[in-house]
Amino acid sequence: MKFSILILEGPYHHEAGDSAYRFVEAALRKGHEIRGIFFYHDGVYNVTKLMEPPSDDRNIAKRWSEIGAKGIDIVVCIAAAKRRGITPEIIVPNTRISGLGQLLEMAVDSDRLVTFGD
Amino acid sequence: MSDEEKVSKIMFVNRRAPHGSIYAYEGLEVKLIMGAFDQDLSAIFMDDAVLALKKGQDTSELGVKEFSATFRVLEDYGIEKIYVVEESLKERGLSVDELVIQPEVIPISKVAELMEQQDVLLSF
Repeated sequence: MKFSILILEGPYHHEAGDSAYRFVEAALRKGHEIRGIFFYHDGVYNVTKLMEPPSDDRNIAKRWSEIGAKGIDIVVCIAAAKRRGITPEIIVPNTRISGLGQLLEMAVDSDRLVTFGD
Repeated sequence: MSDEEKVSKIMFVNRRAPHGSIYAYEGLEVKLIMGAFDQDLSAIFMDDAVLALKKGQDTSELGVKEFSATFRVLEDYGIEKIYVVEESLKERGLSVDELVIQPEVIPISKVAELMEQQDVLLSF
């Protein structure tokens, strides 16, 4: 099945991003396709490379960058990002900033759009 | 898009109060942007989201933007089908006359059927 993923909550603060990450990993392991991953609301904070968690904790942005390195399109909403000070200079490699049209394309081009948020 | 001809049925599901968090406001921004694309768009307001449509809001003391008037342009943005859940209005002592727009009032029992008809649900 072809999935797209929408993540709406901030990192560490909320489990939405962690659940999404596990979902993506499991889906790929089972041979499904991830068409794209889109970050909106406070979800845009998930890919800032300025995060520096304690060394015994997971680095959420780095994890997404590794998923992006597999060729999966990871998009941060430009409007939500601008509002929160997330710029192209501070996002991790293999992610990009673009518009909500990308979310629409992912959604209509997938069998399922799965939203992770409250 | 892989198939330029394909029109998807997309429903915006609104469940949150208008203020106190940014979900409702950024959810409105999604509607305005996606309205520019040629898809079959609809919106439903239920639970506390019905409060977002209430006439006569004044957010000046909250220090946040008052955006209820923007819901009036949704139709011009291609979101022609707008629904509000009857029970959600009633629970909050509201009638459809007190709203900034005149959506179709539907009972909660019809919501699942309506959602079932969609290709995509976007919940804010």
